[in-house]
Amino acid sequence: MPSSRTLRLAAIGTAAGIFSGLFGVGGGTVIVPLLIFWFAFGERLATGTSLAAIVVIAAFAVAFQTGYGNVHFLDGLLLSIPAVGGVIAGAAAQQRLPQKAISLGFAALLVVLAITLVIP
Amino acid sequence: MSEVAAVLLAAAGGFAGGLLGIGGGILFVPALTLFLDLSQVEAEATSLLMIIPVAIVGVIRQRRYGNVSLRDGLVIGTLSPVGVLIGVVAVNELPVRALELGFAALLLFVAYGLVRRALAPEPSSSRSPELRSPKNV
Repeated sequence: MPSSRTLRLAAIGTAAGIFSGLFGVGGGTVIVPLLIFWFAFGERLATGTSLAAIVVIAAFAVAFQTGYGNVHFLDGLLLSIPAVGGVIAGAAAQQRLPQKAISLGFAALLVVLAITLVIP
Repeated sequence: MSEVAAVLLAAAGGFAGGLLGIGGGILFVPALTLFLDLSQVEAEATSLLMIIPVAIVGVIRQRRYGNVSLRDGLVIGTLSPVGVLIGVVAVNELPVRALELGFAALLLFVAYGLVRRALAPEPSSSRSPELRSPKNV
């Protein structure tokens, strides 16, 4: 008989997995609030823990999508290099940049990208 | 030329993740559709591949600050495949237009969260560097 803790973790994994498969993202948007509400994790612990889950979730999703022939491995691996470089630079710059202004700038970028998706 | 733009948007996605704690995938997918001409489904599948190294780097960084419950994270991941399979099958069966509109809604939702956080009043106590939100891919 699995514990209720394991059942709740399974529920989070299932919900995040659906979200990740549908949108091609990690699923942190689902995992973080659920860890905070169900397990009383702090925001930092929830986001850090979600990263560990995302490694495994994304690996499953890549395996399943490979079955459909949808993964462009060369493009993905090459673009991983600037992506990882960006993460390291972003984390290192946290204390030196005006986060409010950058948050608003990225929000504007996301809205522009949403518009380009909606307009055919 | 468009390859350069794809590289820049991928770097921006990682940068946003490291700096602001938003997911990189949300920028990887448009980078792949707009600049490398992948379909929405191919872009989402390839974004998931990019997320793996980005999340591994994030786990290594955040573990140093004690921000990772590795066991709980691995349990969530290990118990996710049923959900992942549902999502992956759905994304391959749904009409592309529905996927595009759904992804646009996700972009707006994350943008709303960024604006709300940017406009929230400063917390009264000063936070040390490692207490900043880690990224959430």
